[in-house]
Amino acid sequence: MNRRDLTRFLVFAAIMAAIPFLPFVPDFWVTLLDFVGLASLVALGLVMLTGVGGMTSFGQAAFVGFGAYATALLTTAYGWSPWLTLPVSLAVTVAAALVIGLVTVRLSGHFLPLGTIAWGICFYYLFGNLKALGAYDGISSVPPLSVLGLPLLDSRSFYFVVWGFVLAAILATANLLDSRVGRSIRALRSGAAAAESVGVNVWRAKLTVFVYAALLAGLSGWLYAHFQRAVTPGVFSLTVGIEYLLMAVLGGAGYIYGAILGAGIVVVLKNFLQDLLPLFFGAGGNYEGIVFGILLIAMLQGAREGLWPVIAGRLGKTAPRAVDATGALPGRGFETGDGALLRVKDARRLFGGLVAVDTVSFEVGRGEIVGLIGPNGAGKSTTFNLVTGVLALSGGEIHFEGERIDGLGPERIAARRIARTFQHVKLAPTMSVLENVAIGAHLRGRAGMVSGILRLDREEERKIFGEAARQIERVGLADIMHQPAGALALGQQRLAEIARALCLDPKLLLLDEPAAGLRHLEKQALADLIRRLRDEGMSVLLVEHDMDFVMQLTDHIVVLNFGARIATGAPADIQRDPAVIEAYLGSPT
Amino acid sequence: MDFTIALFLIQDGIINGAIYALLAVALVLVFAVTRVILIPQGEFVTFAGLSLAAMETGSVPGAVWLLLVLAAMSAVMDAGAALRERSPAKAVRLAAWNLAPAIAIAAAVLVLVPLQLGLAVNIVLCAALIVPMGPYLYRVAFQPLADASVLVLLIASVGAHLALTALGLVLFGAEGYRTSPVVSGSFQIGPLFVTGQSLLVVGATLALLAGLALFFGRTLIGKALKASAINRRGARLVGIPTMLSGRIAFAMAAAIGVVSAVLVAPLTTLYYDSGFIIGLKGFVAAIIGGLGAYPAAVAAALSVGLLEAFSSFWASAFKEVIVFASILPVLLWRSLTSTHGDEED
Repeated sequence: MNRRDLTRFLVFAAIMAAIPFLPFVPDFWVTLLDFVGLASLVALGLVMLTGVGGMTSFGQAAFVGFGAYATALLTTAYGWSPWLTLPVSLAVTVAAALVIGLVTVRLSGHFLPLGTIAWGICFYYLFGNLKALGAYDGISSVPPLSVLGLPLLDSRSFYFVVWGFVLAAILATANLLDSRVGRSIRALRSGAAAAESVGVNVWRAKLTVFVYAALLAGLSGWLYAHFQRAVTPGVFSLTVGIEYLLMAVLGGAGYIYGAILGAGIVVVLKNFLQDLLPLFFGAGGNYEGIVFGILLIAMLQGAREGLWPVIAGRLGKTAPRAVDATGALPGRGFETGDGALLRVKDARRLFGGLVAVDTVSFEVGRGEIVGLIGPNGAGKSTTFNLVTGVLALSGGEIHFEGERIDGLGPERIAARRIARTFQHVKLAPTMSVLENVAIGAHLRGRAGMVSGILRLDREEERKIFGEAARQIERVGLADIMHQPAGALALGQQRLAEIARALCLDPKLLLLDEPAAGLRHLEKQALADLIRRLRDEGMSVLLVEHDMDFVMQLTDHIVVLNFGARIATGAPADIQRDPAVIEAYLGSPT
Repeated sequence: MDFTIALFLIQDGIINGAIYALLAVALVLVFAVTRVILIPQGEFVTFAGLSLAAMETGSVPGAVWLLLVLAAMSAVMDAGAALRERSPAKAVRLAAWNLAPAIAIAAAVLVLVPLQLGLAVNIVLCAALIVPMGPYLYRVAFQPLADASVLVLLIASVGAHLALTALGLVLFGAEGYRTSPVVSGSFQIGPLFVTGQSLLVVGATLALLAGLALFFGRTLIGKALKASAINRRGARLVGIPTMLSGRIAFAMAAAIGVVSAVLVAPLTTLYYDSGFIIGLKGFVAAIIGGLGAYPAAVAAALSVGLLEAFSSFWASAFKEVIVFASILPVLLWRSLTSTHGDEED
């Protein structure tokens, strides 16, 4: 957390701490704020899950239910003390989240929120029908929390517990976002391909954020049970789950304080609508549902980013991250073994009846620059995807340093120090160039979620960011490294991708059209960089349409046409090869 | 369980399955044309069923006011858009186009319903009342989001469901209603006791499904809808307005809701919030069928009906749990087999 964020947090904490002491704040408002705090915890989890991780969930209420029921059952039926049940409640929630998450996070696109609706309904009916949990009546006479032997019976004393947890959750979430695990989660939103290419295990990252969000919901449930002193299946219901999502959308799903803002608006609004509207329209209506539904749609139509960015825009921009230039990750060097580094042997790939890559063989030697060229649709990018494990081979083999790597999957291939860039740039547009590039060093760090939250990862982070800055400097983007990646010109984005790939410390670097969108001098600089990398011992395989660039740079060229290799050899020979000339210019008839 | 009970459960399953099939087809239709996953589909059923029940007692259903409000909202939105283009004449015209049918329908309902002219007239009035809500709902909630991702549309759809269910409580009250059957009488086939209404359910469902197949295969509008479903931009380029196809799709979904209501309201008591669960089961079927294929959705709907019937016999308290849990493995299988999940949204 940089100083500006810390100041913001301290101001917020001071305000929240002062509120219950202010003489003019009635009990009623303190109670409302207790509920805002409870909802904030769930909404914070949703910010991580939906806003940051890109997974929309309507089912968070279920996890609130798990936390609430676990403690309600243990304290009433078995006489446990409430504080003792806290770890149990959280453990139950985490266990449930792991099981549900294993299925859910594998769902893609809109199937995921649909899945959350399905299990949201399932748990409501399940708990409503379990006799041991009091069926639809739920469990009542749950004991209150007590601190130093004093039971927290009124909303003013409970306030400090709730908001203490909320403040801790804000800190934890902010720390998590600014950590190695957090970056891998943030990278998910702009597609899994880029994250996988630098060795992020996407399922694991998704499951991590899923469990984290559930944990906060479970904590909220535990607090809720001891605040309300009763639990009913209503806490599970889908409508409540929808309200949590509304909070996140309203406040701004990508922002920590957006969650609190959204929770505040929804809880307060709900209370007033329930009190006020029946006065005008008669009792017996669920008027807040009408307002919330319309509000949700209106937000999507009018301000999809939520309200917080509007407010935060007035509070000023966040300061750029300080980088310690002395931080660096140790390079792992290059071996000088026998034989080629990469051997592609009779690689085939079919898409239905189309043969995109047809028994292609080639090699990339150690410290060699190989160009892969061919007209559009020749199968160059498909070949890249085969080598990096994004696509499975239909036939043939791929060997790296003498070992078979086909069938390994992108993140395990990245672990063997094969890095790549993409033809269609895949950067997280809202993250700074620096953060995007730092994702590339994912496999060179070790810090997990817990050390990220507790800030035990600072030394490693210092090294990662020092390294990222060094690589950015190398590709010539040092003066714009704090800008959001989405604000860069296309050519610069390509360079940023190269810097990200270099952060992996690769033995083999695959560049997909690196020079597209670059000006002449920038191309020269890029060619110089690639030559320097080769001289250090790195091997480079590149796809490029700029023939001058390819011919002056590469040691060896492989030409594809209609999926098949039509020529291979030194640049000078390729330029004279009749088959190549025919493929590019057509046959002289 | 003996043979008779099994037969009875199968009959029950088929009747429910037929209704779910209708709703599943509506969901597939709307999703294909507009990419909206229409969670409020069930609300069309309850609104139609409860309106019909109100008309039977000669009282004006509250849905009239909803229709007028929706019409007014779309009039304001359309006129507003026209005014931003600085064409006040167009604004007036669009407002009139939006308001006139709603006012005419509302007037007809207000005048004719108290006369209690019988079931046939009531069904027509109910259809006139509910079907236009589809296009109005599309205009108000979804048209401004037409270019958004499936995910955003889904969240909006959930919002619409939330608002409409809550409105249902205001408009129709918390009490449940059942309408009188369209076809009365019943007869015995072997050990089975079959009501005329249940035969009508199956017959009408089959007829409607056949009608839809003809509509998409043979008519210009049907083909145009199919075209916008397959490729929105392409359809727009050859002159099929996506806005119009969205409204038509929603009108058809609402019409299917009305038909389902006429069929199901005599068989089961409808409450203001029943639509959600009924709709969601159609939705489970649509998902199992892949949100794309009509025959698959119909087959899946029958399985959902049967699964529900048999689980209500073996574990009646947990029948909803079983039905909704059945969607999870299917979703998983769908996501693992669909190759382009990430790029599309």
